[in-house]
Amino acid sequence: MRLLKSWIIASKDFKVFFKKKNIIYSIFIVPLIVSILFPAVVEFAWHRNGASGIPGSVLTILLPAFTFFYLILAGMIPTTIASYSIVGEKVEKSLEPLLATPTTDGEILFGKGISAFLPPIASILGGAVLYMVLMDLITYATLGYYFFPNWNTGIVLFLLVPLAVVMSVEWNVIISARVSDVRVAQQVGVLLMLPFGGIYVAGELGLINLGVASNLLIITGILLIIDVLLLYVAKATFRREEILTKWK
Amino acid sequence: MIDTENLTKKFGNLTAVDQLSIHVEEGEVFGFLGPNGAGKTTTVRMLCCLISKTSGEASIAGYDVDKEADSIKIRKLIGYVPDNVGLYDELSAYDNLDFYGKLYDCTEAQRKENIQRLLTMLGLWEKKDVAAGTFSKGMRQKLAIARSLVHDPQVLFMDEPTANLDPEASKTVRDFILDLKKEKRTIFLNTHNLDEAKRICDRIAILNTKLMAVGTPEELERSISGKKTEIQLDQVNDAIIATLKRLPLGNIAADGNKLIINVTNPEKENPIIVNAIVRAGGHIQSVIVVGSTLEDAYLKLVKQIK
Repeated sequence: MRLLKSWIIASKDFKVFFKKKNIIYSIFIVPLIVSILFPAVVEFAWHRNGASGIPGSVLTILLPAFTFFYLILAGMIPTTIASYSIVGEKVEKSLEPLLATPTTDGEILFGKGISAFLPPIASILGGAVLYMVLMDLITYATLGYYFFPNWNTGIVLFLLVPLAVVMSVEWNVIISARVSDVRVAQQVGVLLMLPFGGIYVAGELGLINLGVASNLLIITGILLIIDVLLLYVAKATFRREEILTKWK
Repeated sequence: MIDTENLTKKFGNLTAVDQLSIHVEEGEVFGFLGPNGAGKTTTVRMLCCLISKTSGEASIAGYDVDKEADSIKIRKLIGYVPDNVGLYDELSAYDNLDFYGKLYDCTEAQRKENIQRLLTMLGLWEKKDVAAGTFSKGMRQKLAIARSLVHDPQVLFMDEPTANLDPEASKTVRDFILDLKKEKRTIFLNTHNLDEAKRICDRIAILNTKLMAVGTPEELERSISGKKTEIQLDQVNDAIIATLKRLPLGNIAADGNKLIINVTNPEKENPIIVNAIVRAGGHIQSVIVVGSTLEDAYLKLVKQIK
């Protein structure tokens, strides 16, 4: 595989995305809002409770749970960009001339993967950094130490989030073969956030302790296995002949 | 340059292309005529290594379309104008071409030179920084043609390049193809525009899943449909038609007081026809020999398969 070819395709996609304002908004605005909203909620609760604030014992449960919300974003945000990247090209009939160039299916798929991976990951990690800084500033007085960064957050942001973004991209490639409308692709694509939402709720209900590194590593392992399986299916779906003769 | 031998493509039980054998010379403009669903696009897609063949052989410049290693070499050699232009509407005309130039491994200098040359030839240079999405149909088609040529390919596949264009835009595209012909590029032109095929192509193949005929436009006109004799009478009656039907002639049709008779050798047959009409009491006003057209040939061949 020639990575340069994939990068050329990804660079072209970036150019297209930056001309579509709705894509930019959906990628960057949601993580920004989440990153400001959670610290704002904690700050608001601290003021409501007066001098007692939120107890440190509650904060140490609440903050990792909030961090886990970035995993839900990782399952959701790539949908916007991946659907435009693949279904958008399908609808605009620009895939056929692209497939006629001296590039392999793998190079095109990897290029599409890069273009759907990098902006969401940059947006989510950027939002997470903002979230951590604001939370540290708000909670330092109660906890007496800076809660972020810590190892568990590192596992969530640098292992789970990238794996979830990859999964979302692969999932979108698979559904791209079945739908011929960008909005439908987004609606189906966003279903991927449900399992992550389920894990988040399970964490909140105390069914899984998301503050324990071993549990996070188990989830990482499961995601890795699913990513490999989905990659296999996505590669089988993204073949020239399939795209031109079987994709709707 | 382009060779196929019994090339066949099946989609399940449906045979889209059936045992197609053609040979296209280097520098030739080869027209591929056929009705909708005849297998024209499927053939081009097989030759462009976009879809696999079911059986038979096909090669471009000696490279086998079915071998993975050869397919990349073939794609470097060819340019492809699909029936749907498929441009990136948000990108400028220049950026559309530049992207493809990069994929074809053209250097920056080559890209700049080729893009400027092509956009100038097609009258789009002034619009190079304008988003392709704002272009008219004709401009988009021209840009798609420029895109297929950005890497200076030896072989060009064009799928209905003038379909849905207004007459002026069609003429611009046709003239451009004629310019490419002068550059000795091999052009494989899918079309169902008979007039266009006759004006541009050195040879034409008529396809209706199977190859029906192949030859120069003149050969097809001559050999497939022959000629017609049109005889204007002051009155056509049953006795004249009955007399003519006793002769070994082709199809006889009456259009008002005009008889249209298919003939193979008008010099020999026309005196016999005239003599028979006079003996049957007819009064001849004029006799004209009309050569059959490519359209006649095409319709006859397409009807045969139906």
